[in-house]
Amino acid sequence: MRTLIPVAVTGLMVGQAQAADLAVRIEIPRLNVAEYHRPYVAVWVEGPDQKVAANLAVWYDVKLKNDEGTKWLKDMRQWWRRTGRELTMPADGISGATRPVGEHQLAFSDGKAPLGKLAEGKYELVVEAAREVGGRELLRIPFQWPPRAPEKGEARGQHELGRVALETKP
Amino acid sequence: MKMSLKWAALALAFSLPLSAQAHRMWMLPSATVLSGADPWVTVDAAVSNDLFYFEHFPLQLNNLSVTAPDGTAAKAENQSTGRYRSTFDVRLTQAGTYKMAVVNNGVFASYKENGKNKRWRGTAEKFAQEVPADAQDLRVTQANSRLETFVTVGKPTDTVLKPTGQGLELAPITHPNDLFAKEEASFRLLLDGKPAAGIEVSIVPGGIRYRDQLHEMKTRTDADGKFTVTWPEPGMYWLEAETKDDKTTFDKAKERRSTYIATFEVLPE
Repeated sequence: MRTLIPVAVTGLMVGQAQAADLAVRIEIPRLNVAEYHRPYVAVWVEGPDQKVAANLAVWYDVKLKNDEGTKWLKDMRQWWRRTGRELTMPADGISGATRPVGEHQLAFSDGKAPLGKLAEGKYELVVEAAREVGGRELLRIPFQWPPRAPEKGEARGQHELGRVALETKP
Repeated sequence: MKMSLKWAALALAFSLPLSAQAHRMWMLPSATVLSGADPWVTVDAAVSNDLFYFEHFPLQLNNLSVTAPDGTAAKAENQSTGRYRSTFDVRLTQAGTYKMAVVNNGVFASYKENGKNKRWRGTAEKFAQEVPADAQDLRVTQANSRLETFVTVGKPTDTVLKPTGQGLELAPITHPNDLFAKEEASFRLLLDGKPAAGIEVSIVPGGIRYRDQLHEMKTRTDADGKFTVTWPEPGMYWLEAETKDDKTTFDKAKERRSTYIATFEVLPE
């Protein structure tokens, strides 16, 4: 009976080690503007058919009373069209508060929400940002899933986003 | 009071299409794609030359109807008609697609009375009272027009897109609140519920005031009443189609003119 426990634990750990990881770093740039609001940001994975394969994150103003912050979700136009308008906010494990200027890290694992199980194939990580009284920007980073070796990709925003980096590991 | 009645009468006249008329009727919603817990939309409605500027006459809202995503009638609140435009608000309490429609049915007559040319506009009911029974060279036309725009909260829905089967109507194949620049959209025109073939469709982008050319796009419906358009750029677009036939419902009228007009928003890709 006692010997069974370490076996079970080991099995669990092996399972984790085998699950591929997807790490995203998103830089919110400092902007010299008179009226600054933190951007709304959506992060998702698209398949080659442009269909959303996984909704990874959406940051919006969750603090406003009566869910008023949801009014501007549609300004992330691509996200709204592809998946946002199908969701109910707040979305469990996906939605969260807007983030300040700086670099933010997100980590996802194969088989676990919100990434889930992706079929083998080519994908794009999509990051879209929209800022109240500001602009909108969308970046795409292609990647292969599952990764056979550690892979890196990045894209640089021009006005609403800074550097966005993607790292995948088998 | 006298003044406002005069404007109202004039505006009604201008809200009914005339064959040689250059004016355009339109509704312009403040937004067509909405999110959030308690969104509202406000709509301007006018008859003007340039799109979408109110510079001529307000559109009369007497025949306005708003249909909610579940098919029930929604309220057009805060209605007001000013010198150049009308406006109303709709509180969007349901998720899905709303339709705003102004449907006008009018009768036009031209005739000679004591050798003088006369023109008359009104309704079938008033015709006998107002047009002399002995009018010479009498020409009577029935004019039906449908002016529409759509707005969507959350995911687009189709209930309000079902045609009524009367007059010239649009049966969207591409949802009217899912239009994007550089993408192709397809629609079908129906006349009395049946595919309307061979009808010319005119599409004009808004913002006319700040450019030298109209940039009108013209196309024609195919045998199934279908037409497609690829939106060149994001913005508000005005669509008009018109057809004539002899299927009048008023026995004095020999000709029926059916017009469909809509405003669409095309978003950037």
